[in-house]
Amino acid sequence: MRARVLVRPKAGILDPQGQAVERALPALGFDGVRNVHVGRMIELDVDDPERLPEMCERLLTNPLIEDWEIEDVVPPAHPHHPVEGASR
Amino acid sequence: MKFGVIRFPGSCDDIDGLQAAARVADAVLLWHADHDLQGVDAVIVPGGFSYGDYLRAGAIARFAPVMAEVEEFAHEGGLVLGICNGFQVLCEAGLLPGALLPNVSLKFVFRQVELEVARSGGPFTGSCDVGERLSIPVKHTTGRYYAPDDQLDRLEACGQVLLRYAPGHNPNGSLRDIAGVCNERGNVFGLMPHPEHAVDPLGGSTDGLRIFESMRAHVEQHVLA
Repeated sequence: MRARVLVRPKAGILDPQGQAVERALPALGFDGVRNVHVGRMIELDVDDPERLPEMCERLLTNPLIEDWEIEDVVPPAHPHHPVEGASR
Repeated sequence: MKFGVIRFPGSCDDIDGLQAAARVADAVLLWHADHDLQGVDAVIVPGGFSYGDYLRAGAIARFAPVMAEVEEFAHEGGLVLGICNGFQVLCEAGLLPGALLPNVSLKFVFRQVELEVARSGGPFTGSCDVGERLSIPVKHTTGRYYAPDDQLDRLEACGQVLLRYAPGHNPNGSLRDIAGVCNERGNVFGLMPHPEHAVDPLGGSTDGLRIFESMRAHVEQHVLA
């Protein structure tokens, strides 16, 4: 199974990276943006998806500072990146 | 009395740690891939970027073969000192409470800071007085100490906060100005500042020696006596 683990900074922990992005967007004219948080995404093929929570708890995240969420990934019908020269 | 300094791929303060420890006792390098602590009386987990700090600082290094021995050594009451990246490794390994987050400034900081001794009498600050100031450099990007509020209350109540940044010297946004904490038993200690870089008058301060001297005195009085 192709899985996707989304990692977020825990709510309530100061997130200076999110704040920096939140301040930068209005500087480019993108107003009305709030609550920006920057996390990580880990994609992996696993034989036994049942073991994913344990992987998250023991290595992929630090549960003291991060929340995680597992998503199934269905292989896309079309490739992510069109072949060079292909019609769009 | 013999110190052992672990060398991981990506360690960069292992030699400074070795030379600092060698000023007060014998000191040897320990290899990350060996299941062998060579009979040392105290272990130093040094600064650097162990295993490239991939994923999170210290996250991969905690699974190094030698760390199994370090954990056993710590559980038997052996002294373990984690400096900077070593502090991150010990937190990831669960040998110390809390975690280190990116500096609030998101910038690498490298400067001399003033520390205040918050607790004396233990193996790591035994030769210091409470309230005494130590001048020791920091150099890191991920040094903001974090633990949930109730855990911070417990750490303070149990006297596990050994060093704080003096007022105005907190370089990274660490909660409650915490610069160094020990475990409940008091035999594992981690700090972001680098005592091994403050051991020679040429460097401007020899205050870092106090940590190594305290460890030697503790081992000589309690372990080798």
